[in-house]
Amino acid sequence: MIVIGGSSGALDALAAMLPALPPDYPLPLAVVLHVPPTQPSHLVAVLGARSRLTAREPDDKEPIMPGTLYVAPPNYHLLVERGRTFALSIDPPVLFSRPAIDVLFESAADVYGPHLAGVLLSGANEDGARGLEHVRRAGGLTFVESPATAAVPVMPAAALRRIAVDHVAPAADLGRLLAQLAATPRPEDKA
Amino acid sequence: MTALSDADDAALTALLEGVYHRYHYDFRGYAEASLRRRIAAALGHLRCPSLDDLRARVLAEPRCFGELLRFLTVQVSDLFRDPSYYRSIRECVVPYLRTYPSLKVWVAGCATGEEAYSLAIVFAEEGLLERTLIYATDIHPESLRTAEAGVYDLDRFARFSESYRLAGGHGSLSDFYTASSSSAILDRRLKQAILFSDHSLATDVAFAEVELVSCRNVLIYFDRPLQNRALGVLRDSVRRKGFLGLGAKETLRFSSHAEAFGELVPEDRIYQRR
Ligand SMILES: C[S@@+](CC[C@H](N)C(=O)[O-])C[C@H]1O[C@@H](n2cnc3c(N)ncnc32)[C@H](O)[C@@H]1O
Repeated sequence: MIVIGGSSGALDALAAMLPALPPDYPLPLAVVLHVPPTQPSHLVAVLGARSRLTAREPDDKEPIMPGTLYVAPPNYHLLVERGRTFALSIDPPVLFSRPAIDVLFESAADVYGPHLAGVLLSGANEDGARGLEHVRRAGGLTFVESPATAAVPVMPAAALRRIAVDHVAPAADLGRLLAQLAATPRPEDKA
Repeated sequence: MTALSDADDAALTALLEGVYHRYHYDFRGYAEASLRRRIAAALGHLRCPSLDDLRARVLAEPRCFGELLRFLTVQVSDLFRDPSYYRSIRECVVPYLRTYPSLKVWVAGCATGEEAYSLAIVFAEEGLLERTLIYATDIHPESLRTAEAGVYDLDRFARFSESYRLAGGHGSLSDFYTASSSSAILDRRLKQAILFSDHSLATDVAFAEVELVSCRNVLIYFDRPLQNRALGVLRDSVRRKGFLGLGAKETLRFSSHAEAFGELVPEDRIYQRR
């Protein structure tokens, strides 16, 4: 599974990254973007239009399926449960954010362990750094948008201060790396 | 906040079992990922070095259990949270409800009362409140007291007023409260229509036969088996052709009770009992 997080500037980063992934991409993706908690959100339409994947907001208890780009709904935390289903919660914001990137990343790392890649994009706060550290400690791969090319470097820089990540690259290159990731699975990989 | 590791599984189970047997609160079927986060937060707040330590303290000191309960349950609510839900209740459910001479409504997992008051306001504006009794239940005693008082921070009301308007409110939200310096006191006629009481969807049975059950953002905290249990209780409480409303991201689709209901307003998760 691939989990992605970002805030300001991350929508453009995703627009540069997602076209690299084919419609039959064999891994599920879940993304948390910090957006104002308005209803309804336009993120699904926007991301659906900019990628070849099916984008949707998951419901509580929804099974996680490959080739789908799951978008955290506004005003809810998105979590991964042990049976590889999604869960939602309205627990208080984490680092002023709901949905919070840390919450998705940490719960996904608990379930997927080494079969997980975490991607942190442009953003103006430090949400996600802890989560990415958790991904790494659970044996997953870590990707960070290069602070030099990110629209807002605070979020990627916070992660780089915290851990040694596997790949630091501009958004379009991250897309290509994710595409290759699925093409050459690690031997035991069934993420 | 530190995360719980897999190694803590047995200690977590022991804590929840202990709480169940000592205090009769059953958290054993709660959705794990968010429960683990909340327990980890409680460990930090209560300065407990381990889950075993937390269990020993909670079982020895009822006060400490009260503290833990605050972490185990999530007391978050708003007036007219998800305005389109209340708009759909008004536009699609109220027309059916009008045909009944008297009405009962059950708000299950009402937290601090906002959902029950929002429905009461809709019913008042639709001229139904005089013939309606709203049962509002929760497992959290402190929240039920707050709910009963019907007094909220005034600074939340700018946002609530906007939601009320988006929900199709006929007048102004201020028609329903009196403002003091820092709080808003909801009207007595709303309070008089609502009966707050203790009820657990995890351990108690069906409540009463009602025309509408509203249970929002409670099922997301349960794992699948507990969701099925709770939905069974809700189903048994809705009369034939009555209504069930869930939270914006909750669905009957993954439960064993989907067959018992038809979808009335799918986008707002409003169902009708077959
Ligand atoms: C997030 S609040 C939802 C409040 C409100 N329904 C809303 O949507 O705004 C969840 C509530 O569920 C209650 N709850 C948790 N477990 C419960 C149970 N077993 N039975 C009844 N209520 C429960 C909690 O105490 C809390 O008040």
